[in-house]
Amino acid sequence: MNPTDLALQLWPAAASATAVETDWLILAFTVLTLLLTVPVFVAITWFAIRYRQGEEADRSHGNVRSVLIEISWMLIPFLLTLIFFVWGARLFFISKQVPGDAMVVEAIGRQWMWKFQHPTGQSEINDLHLPIGQPIKIRMISQDVIHNLYLPALRMQMATLPDRYTELWFKADRTGSYRLYCSEYCGTDHSKMDGTLTLMTQADYAAWLQNAGARQGGQAGAGRAVYESYACGTCHDPGAKVRAPSLAGLYGREVKLADGRIVTADETYLRDKILNPNRQKLAADYKQVMPAFRNVIPNDDLDRLVAYLKSSGATAQQEATP
Amino acid sequence: MNSGSMTSGTITDGPALRDPHTPDSRLGHGADYLHAEHTLRSWFFTTDHKRIALLYLASITAFFVIGAVTAGLVRLALVVPDGQVFTNDTYNKLFTIHGVVMVWFFLIPSIPATFGNFLIPLMIGARDLAFPKLNLASWYVFMTGAIFTLVSVVLGGVDTGWTFYTPLSTAFSNTWVVPALIGVTIVGFSSILTGLNFVVTIHTMRAPGMTWFRLPIFVWTHYATSLIFLLATPVITVALILLIAERAFHIGVFDPAYGGDPVLFQHLFWFYSHPAVYIMVLPGMGVISEIVPAFAQKKLFGYKFVAYAAIGLASVTFFVWGHHMFVNGQSDLASVAFSVLSFAVAVPSAVKVYNWTATIHKGSLKLDTPMLYAMGYIGLFVLGGLTGLYLATLAINQHVHATYFVVAHFHYIMVGGTVLAFLGGLHFWWPKITGRMYSEAWGRISAFLIFIGFNVTFFPQFILGYLGMPRRYHVYPPEFQFLNILSSAGSTILAVGYIFPMVYLVYSIWFGKRAPANPWDARGLEWTVASPPPAHNFLTEPQAPKIPYDYPIQARETGRQHS
Ligand code: HEM
Ligand SMILES: [Cu+2]
Repeated sequence: MNPTDLALQLWPAAASATAVETDWLILAFTVLTLLLTVPVFVAITWFAIRYRQGEEADRSHGNVRSVLIEISWMLIPFLLTLIFFVWGARLFFISKQVPGDAMVVEAIGRQWMWKFQHPTGQSEINDLHLPIGQPIKIRMISQDVIHNLYLPALRMQMATLPDRYTELWFKADRTGSYRLYCSEYCGTDHSKMDGTLTLMTQADYAAWLQNAGARQGGQAGAGRAVYESYACGTCHDPGAKVRAPSLAGLYGREVKLADGRIVTADETYLRDKILNPNRQKLAADYKQVMPAFRNVIPNDDLDRLVAYLKSSGATAQQEATP
Repeated sequence: MNSGSMTSGTITDGPALRDPHTPDSRLGHGADYLHAEHTLRSWFFTTDHKRIALLYLASITAFFVIGAVTAGLVRLALVVPDGQVFTNDTYNKLFTIHGVVMVWFFLIPSIPATFGNFLIPLMIGARDLAFPKLNLASWYVFMTGAIFTLVSVVLGGVDTGWTFYTPLSTAFSNTWVVPALIGVTIVGFSSILTGLNFVVTIHTMRAPGMTWFRLPIFVWTHYATSLIFLLATPVITVALILLIAERAFHIGVFDPAYGGDPVLFQHLFWFYSHPAVYIMVLPGMGVISEIVPAFAQKKLFGYKFVAYAAIGLASVTFFVWGHHMFVNGQSDLASVAFSVLSFAVAVPSAVKVYNWTATIHKGSLKLDTPMLYAMGYIGLFVLGGLTGLYLATLAINQHVHATYFVVAHFHYIMVGGTVLAFLGGLHFWWPKITGRMYSEAWGRISAFLIFIGFNVTFFPQFILGYLGMPRRYHVYPPEFQFLNILSSAGSTILAVGYIFPMVYLVYSIWFGKRAPANPWDARGLEWTVASPPPAHNFLTEPQAPKIPYDYPIQARETGRQHS
């Protein structure tokens, strides 16, 4: 799902009234900038031609009231630009006053994905579906380094910090799919910490919430989010720094353990292995490094995670990761 | 005092240092500084400010090449949107090296350590800097720091970005962060020593009659820069030491996992790094303020204003660091204050271009290479400065913060400003420094190529940023590809523009025409001595001019009333 497939775009889509006003602000500012600079460029070029050494020209100078000139060319541009300071500050303050009826979406940033949770409990990874015509507040935090949730179509961004909640709010008025990014450099896969913001009508959003589970592949789809949020991939994804067995297609296979036994990786095995990985369940040829998740992963998440590992989705996902 | 103790130049023989014309008994009278001695030792242990300037020139040129090559690789990678050219980690290391080397090893020392070192004593009519040995020491400190950083790059690289934001740099990066930071910290000390040397020199070593308001603007801007070196650098030193302590010994300062505050690092970092912007910009303004009057044969317009502005900007720039953190969880009230203060500093810096324009008005213009660079500088600096205002506008910042808009903005200031001023100055003073003239035709061609190449490279990035392309992105959406290709194509033109001067300038050292003492008919004490200058700078007592910029064409500037 690509917001656009063109190789060239020249103006970013604006999906809220604030975004449109920000565009006006920048356009008007550009006009002022041109007013202040074009005369300089023209003058320099003109003088360079007119007063070239050897050209006949009037080079006589009268008295120049330099103090007056200096003060006016400093003060007038400053006062003119102050208009834009005020305008910008006004928009900024509006973007800080969250309306009381805003719908609250939780966002978690971590290396290198976004997890969004809707007020009704559904969650999604990297993609975000939201209704238009309704103020939305995104309350966010980071699990590791500083990230920054950037929604260009709304002309809005905010840092996610590891030690406190931050927030941004907006009221979108145009449906469509737009990009969302992490804009604070956050390490190796910073540039893959992006996704799609889908803005839909309220009715479509309600329907989406109903079907969200199905669209994401049910339990297994949600399990993918769990897999991400507990960072299983840091060790188990192919190419991970720590050596751990690949989980692709593990379900149903025979596994050789360190003590020589051979067991089948059925659902019970997967569960036990996650909760209590080391004891007698260490796989042959691997070191005892996996943390025990007993009392860490709640039961419902564990169900989803196991469903994910059983699904063919896990296999596909794992193999797709280079 | 005798002349022997004068060359040793310690502070104890201060009074003798004021005497600029006592010849050194060990050297033939008038031997120029390049030929006074020939041994390697005479270069590596020299205390002559002019030779030290050349040591710096050679080192920062090498760093510039490293920075430029990594930039070229980054642009190469961005030709395709899917990030296939380099792995993610390699790409991250490349832009980190580019930033670290360009900011700390090229831009910050560039004009002060080379032209500042070479010219300040000549311009004020002094024998040397106040502390010649300290000056040499600062070059060694600089090189020591640089070697630490380069070693860490060779051993495995650093991937934190030149901004080293915590807790990525303290707890998450697996690269050679600590040695790189030690290097940057050490280099800071070299800035402090240079700043100290300049301040003391300008205060105590001016020739008789060289009052403050007879000093060239170049000296004024270096004085202001030195104050920033002295007052701001210790802050980044402390910040980096705390970062090292946290990374190496888990002393909690910035990482919330140890009870620290990650945003505190950004405050400390920008408290130095925004004023550092003026470490890069003010010396450039100084260079342009020398070139423009010389090639217009006219007195600099508004001399006193420009001088005061240098000091004013150097002071206010300490109070705007928060404009880097509008969307980083800083309090809203603080953001508004930082926004308006940024306007207050940006407008006066940008309107300096009106002074240069007014200087050209009714002058008698020669469009030689240094002047072409100066004119290019003026154009790019204005764009850089005014887009700084966009960034300082709160609502616009919420959109373009950390996008390619910022990248374009600071390159217009730093490449368009500092680097063009550096190259302009290099061409302006090259005859003085080497005693040789370079090829004027090649000079003009490269000035032109650099201007075109620069704009083709960086203008598209303003648009990319406004479209929402985040900076430091290795893989990017396909709709941004066209502008990225354009930018990369521009960078090849730019590269050619940089390579030419390296060739024809070096060529001129052996084959160039001999330069007269004053090839540009310029004013200023440095043009009253031979090219290259004698080892002792002045063979006779320098005569401070009655007014600065004593050019044939003068507008009589008056105050409020017509006389
Ligand atoms: C004319 C006055 C200037 C103003 C008002 C200004 C304003 C700003 C602002 C507001 C930002 C923050 C952008 C953001 O991250 O959201 C910024 C970024 C930056 N500016 Fe400037 N600036 C000015 C001059 C300069 C100069 C002269 C330089 C360099 C010589 C410079 C170098 C930078 C750099 C390196 C950044 C990037 C920070 C980063 O890594 O995120 N600026 N500037
Ligand atoms: Cu991120």
